[in-house]
Amino acid sequence: MKSWITRAPLDPAAVLAEVGAAADGAALLFLGIVRDHNDGAAVRGIRYEAYVPMAEAVLREITEEAAARLGTDRLAVVHRTGELEVGEASVAIAVSSPHRAEAFDACRYVIEEIKRRLPVWKQERYADGRSGWVEGVRPPVAGAATPGPRSHDRAGPPDRSAGSHEAVRNGARGAAGAP
Amino acid sequence: MRVRLHFFALYRDMAGTDATDVELPDGATAAELIGRLRDRGGSLARLPAEPAVAVNLAYAPLDTVLRDGDEVALLPPVAGG
Repeated sequence: MKSWITRAPLDPAAVLAEVGAAADGAALLFLGIVRDHNDGAAVRGIRYEAYVPMAEAVLREITEEAAARLGTDRLAVVHRTGELEVGEASVAIAVSSPHRAEAFDACRYVIEEIKRRLPVWKQERYADGRSGWVEGVRPPVAGAATPGPRSHDRAGPPDRSAGSHEAVRNGARGAAGAP
Repeated sequence: MRVRLHFFALYRDMAGTDATDVELPDGATAAELIGRLRDRGGSLARLPAEPAVAVNLAYAPLDTVLRDGDEVALLPPVAGG
């Protein structure tokens, strides 16, 4: 199992090579690709921005949840940041399992949860020279004055060591669009 | 106490900076921090009253009590993928 955030162009074959085993009869590779239009506007490219340390923690958590659904730890998930052109991959998800149903389910879970709660934003560059932030979905966080974790049971300031980051998992499911 | 505040994407454009330190009274909540920012006026007044917030790299409800040294982030609606 592997998950990471990178500024480097994605290598789909390398991501797929992270999974697979003799016991596996199914292997999937999903790519999210920058397309040339959105909401009727011609798009030239997208700049992806992430809250990197939090995105790494959330992506790891999503991947672990998907592994539990999958029944194997053979997942590799990567999300790119920075300036991407049309046709470049922003996300790659590779999954393998003995049978296809679990692999499809886990792959779908990962992309939908990325869209629902990964702290990443995108700014589209349009053919006419304008640019704009893509309207996103509110991540599943409890609102004001809602019972939730109090100060005694949450993480302290980040010391950049792993292990203390836990995202809120409850709340309404956001509307997740197609990649 | 003092917290480190990070802005991202649209909210960074509003704030004109990606991070700043904010002095708060002891016991202040994330909601109180946001209220103070909005009261500063300017483009920060356009911040929503209840944005998504992360405290120390995890999503946190707005009634979370902040502590000295906390890393607080205001997160616009997310758009990964």
